[in-house]
Amino acid sequence: MNGVAVVVNGESRVVPPSTTVLVLMKDLGAVRDGVAVAVNDELVLRSRWEDTKLRDRDQVEVLSAAPGG
Amino acid sequence: MKPDETMRIAGEATASRLILGTGGCNSLEVLEEVIAASGARLVTVAMRRINPHASGSLLDVIRGSGATPLPNTAGCFTSREAVLTARLAREALGTSWLKLEVIADELTLLPDPVELLSAAEVLVDDGFTVLPYTSDDPVIARRLESVGCAAVMPLGAPIGSGLGVRNPHNIQLIVEQSRVPVILDAGIGTASDAAVAMELGCDGVLLATSITRAQDPVAMAHAMRHAVEAGRLAFLAGRIPRRFHAQASTPHEDRLELASGG
Repeated sequence: MNGVAVVVNGESRVVPPSTTVLVLMKDLGAVRDGVAVAVNDELVLRSRWEDTKLRDRDQVEVLSAAPGG
Repeated sequence: MKPDETMRIAGEATASRLILGTGGCNSLEVLEEVIAASGARLVTVAMRRINPHASGSLLDVIRGSGATPLPNTAGCFTSREAVLTARLAREALGTSWLKLEVIADELTLLPDPVELLSAAEVLVDDGFTVLPYTSDDPVIARRLESVGCAAVMPLGAPIGSGLGVRNPHNIQLIVEQSRVPVILDAGIGTASDAAVAMELGCDGVLLATSITRAQDPVAMAHAMRHAVEAGRLAFLAGRIPRRFHAQASTPHEDRLELASGG
């Protein structure tokens, strides 16, 4: 099975084909309030996590609030 | 006289003129005490990659203290970075309020006015309530207001420098011209600096490191709360004009006269 090579928060990762943002977020234990995701510099609304599939070389950023400013 | 604690931004009342930044804060327990001591009702947070090892929730502490998290774009160097960070923050925190920060370089951390104005325009059009961290330049402040920012937040001095209000004249010019709230952001070192900003007519003060990196952050949070209130009251009370020579406060009439003369 060919995996899909993505970069999540700067770390390379291979996920199964058709992996969605929602599945990735579950794998990261990040399905919780206060978290947001961008793929290739575009915000992916939480309501779209389930139908957004990751593609080869996608760059994923998963952010939450941290002390600062 | 009431301390006039309420500040209105974008039509919304905030019950404190002190906005607290969380930069430099490395204990959620201390943060909780600092929020209570400062009386702050808006508390800034940055957006960073998730930390799987994080213990406790920053947002829970802020909300549990009765304050509202104000996301920022700390660490962004370009308009594009700031716009994406803002959109992520709105999605993550469910607020369209934003402290917009676009810095030019890591040495000075000064705002990049060109990138800042560009990001402000995009975000105002996108429905954000934009509170931009800006230089103390009245012209840029005017431009930020004209593109629809809900406040302007000029620096007193570079971030974390603790140098106080370096150009009070410019801050006064900004206060004089602005129809949106002016919040002095960055440069505060100690309580008297916050009081000076308020005496100049600023509507509020945003400070972080002067509290979080003080030897006793909770005590400094108390001090800042009183300084902001005192400065506001002094501004409203109207200070006496500065004079070059002394002016006696006690009349000279009816003084005693020595029998021996002289």
